[in-house]
Amino acid sequence: MSTGAGVIDAARFAPGQSVRVKDARPERIARLHLRTPHYVRGRLGQIQRVLGTFPNPEDLAFNRPAEARVLYHVLFEQQPVWGEGQAGDTLLIELFEHWLEEV
Amino acid sequence: MATQDPRPESIALLEKLAAALIARGVVTEEQIAQKQASADRSNPETGARMVARAWIDPEWRALLLRDGTAAAEAMGISMRGNPPLGVLEDTETVHHLVVCTLCSCYPRAIIGYPPHWYKSSAYRSRAVREPRAVLAEFGTVLPAGVQVRVLDSTADYRWMVLPLRPAGTEGWSEDELTALVSRDHLVGVSLPDAQRKVSRAA
Repeated sequence: MSTGAGVIDAARFAPGQSVRVKDARPERIARLHLRTPHYVRGRLGQIQRVLGTFPNPEDLAFNRPAEARVLYHVLFEQQPVWGEGQAGDTLLIELFEHWLEEV
Repeated sequence: MATQDPRPESIALLEKLAAALIARGVVTEEQIAQKQASADRSNPETGARMVARAWIDPEWRALLLRDGTAAAEAMGISMRGNPPLGVLEDTETVHHLVVCTLCSCYPRAIIGYPPHWYKSSAYRSRAVREPRAVLAEFGTVLPAGVQVRVLDSTADYRWMVLPLRPAGTEGWSEDELTALVSRDHLVGVSLPDAQRKVSRAA
């Protein structure tokens, strides 16, 4: 369990920047603990805020040494994600840096 | 909250687990007792008071939005061992709704235990997919032009909504305002109303 945000030394992305969530489903080939919801994989979003650094939950869950990773708040439009919904409605999600790519 | 007596085999299992953790020096009995006491103390009135104060005091509001954990500590809530608290401010154009699609992340230190529906797969899957239908089922009607922002609590923060101060509450005291704010308002499934005092009966 993490107990607080670590210091951010070098965040790769800045607020306002467009990013894409990696379009990967590694849980299909191995037992993993992932905190990236499947519905935003491959989707375009916008960095809203750098939230801090936290131990990588993908290691933490298996009691392995967990490197600190930068966590972001990323904003997505709902309509492209679901193919329905009201224009302007959004999703705001916490995502780790290693799941994000430059657009 | 509906309570059900725990099954004897669950209690036996829990006792064995606690004994093993204590024997291995992972936790002490005192730590378990402290955690139990702080869990029993936490309830939505803390979050409600944080919101009421933010409606009255702009400096407090700024602190609450900048660093929810520091704001909670300033109210005398120990946040040690708790994940950081983030606070999302509703505006005239954006309303926030909190869900945890992966599990049931919830700011327990300041709202208490989540209600059963928050942990249900129906809420967890529908709140992200059709938030307006979910809001409607809670009887929540947003004014035209207000966008819905669904907060999927997927990682290390815990999130609380700071709703808009209801109309007709000008000049009200912190206590009077606190009495208007419920757990549901802090999750974002409904909106506070000057005509509706919250029942805090457990």
